[in-house]
Amino acid sequence: MTTPTAPDAMYRNDEGLGIWEHRGKVAAVGVGHAPTARRWDGRAETCVGALSIQALRRAVDDAGVAPDQIDGLVVVPSTTTGSFWEEGKPLPLDVIRSFRQTQDPLDGIAKLSAEWLLQNMPELTNVRFTMYGPGCMSNALNVAAQAVGDGLTHTCLVVKSWHNFEGRYYQGGDNAGETLPGTAAITRLWGGPASYGTALQFAEYCRKYGKSHEMMAPFMENSRRNGLLFPEGYWAQHRPEELGPEDYLASRWIAKPANLFDNDIPIMMSGAYLFTTAERAKDMRQKPVYILNHASSNTRPRSLVPTLDEVEADTARSARKIYEGAGITADDLSFENMYDGFSLFHQFHLEGLGYRGIRFGEALDFYQTDISIEGPNPVSPSGGNVGGGRSRVWMHTDCIQQLQGRAGARQVTGVRPEVAVSGGPMPLAGNFTVWSASPD
Amino acid sequence: MSKQGVVPDSFSQPFWDAASEQRLVIQNCRACDRLQHPPAEACSQCGAGDSLEWKPVSGRGTIYNYGVVHDCPVRLLQEDQPFNLAVIMLDDDPGIQMYSHLPGTPVDDVPVGAAVEVIFEPTANGQLVPEWRVIGD
Repeated sequence: MTTPTAPDAMYRNDEGLGIWEHRGKVAAVGVGHAPTARRWDGRAETCVGALSIQALRRAVDDAGVAPDQIDGLVVVPSTTTGSFWEEGKPLPLDVIRSFRQTQDPLDGIAKLSAEWLLQNMPELTNVRFTMYGPGCMSNALNVAAQAVGDGLTHTCLVVKSWHNFEGRYYQGGDNAGETLPGTAAITRLWGGPASYGTALQFAEYCRKYGKSHEMMAPFMENSRRNGLLFPEGYWAQHRPEELGPEDYLASRWIAKPANLFDNDIPIMMSGAYLFTTAERAKDMRQKPVYILNHASSNTRPRSLVPTLDEVEADTARSARKIYEGAGITADDLSFENMYDGFSLFHQFHLEGLGYRGIRFGEALDFYQTDISIEGPNPVSPSGGNVGGGRSRVWMHTDCIQQLQGRAGARQVTGVRPEVAVSGGPMPLAGNFTVWSASPD
Repeated sequence: MSKQGVVPDSFSQPFWDAASEQRLVIQNCRACDRLQHPPAEACSQCGAGDSLEWKPVSGRGTIYNYGVVHDCPVRLLQEDQPFNLAVIMLDDDPGIQMYSHLPGTPVDDVPVGAAVEVIFEPTANGQLVPEWRVIGD
């Protein structure tokens, strides 16, 4: 079986598409996470492939579905957090030989194919549909939702995993060399770290609206608090440390005004979900969470870095697509749960959505109010990547669990969890899913 | 600052050849009469690949925005940390941005909005690269 990449037609990129044709007819019923780690320790049972198998099996078990009922698999094939298997480095043969391999010896170690998963999950005997949703879980969810809605699969697993090897983030490869190829050099000679573009947007935001980096502290504290209530997350599992304003603001700069904590921590992890039709979901173990819409943005900046004007225009456009296809308004959102890795762009998502009536330039003031899970205006109840480590998954898991009423200590108590939206990653070029406790 | 050397490839050769002659050129779509940077194989607006050219520009601009890099992924630049990393908007088309370390400007004391002019600095292998210098507040 050769796995294709999802065609553009599976994403809802445009405004004016109307209500999603499968609104309320696709549901999430299973969630699975593998244990996290800061870095891969070199063992077969902790490689990214093994973590993926673990997460997928947990999602199947969580849904109470027999494995032979699974007929679809959507995978994010890239697993890097910014670390790569260096050219010339000896292959980990003992790990490779522990699994049934594809033609790529690093499959399951530094990347993930659907074929590798199916070869190593023999219980999935009836998978007839496989597809890649490249990028992050937000892409894959949209692909899976559309595939189930279109009838390409009726019970579909979705997985996103991350590997993190030894070494500094993005410091290998060309960045360690004496020269750069000419085309890459036109943009890369100046050495901006990954968060640089977001730092610029935040700097412009602060200048335009008279805000400051210090105003991020309540959001960071709230996010870490929520993350520590997420048992699947990295900080909860390994470093149960709160993040108060003093620690946050004393942290070293990476690309000022982005500091260390504004950059999410790269980790080993895997998250998986089970999607099915609303009809089949009724018979499964967990309460279904219905998908009202998925929406995407593939906007590109005019030049090197998105300007604040470009960011605000696109987050507003994404919100219109999100709401239009779901048939909802900002007033319907029970809480806010958009992506946050890097933390300094979370306010763009929030303002674009118009959550609780917030307009551009107002989110940092909103952070100074009660944004806790106990209050009337929860912000990032998942804790996001700030609270759980780099996964781009926490907000999706949290939306599902909040609407199922099984978010545990993280459960929102100041609002009734009925409708939520999650997605990202970036303010430009994001993918978003609208979740509902009811199909209507 | 010692930037990595540049090994021009066929696509980027005209840009680097111009830099070697201390001229700044930016990719332009003749069909749209529109500059684009970074350069690409096709026009980002009309999609045409056969109407692209390298067009000389004035070498004047303004500082649009900046950050201060304290943790750079490029090994050769790490000894110069922290350093300014600014984005320049070209006078020819403010939608077109270029990066600059702003040589001569103190770290984190960057006059956003100030006028700048292009200069050319040698990289580690001698290839000249466009940089920008403040010429007024």
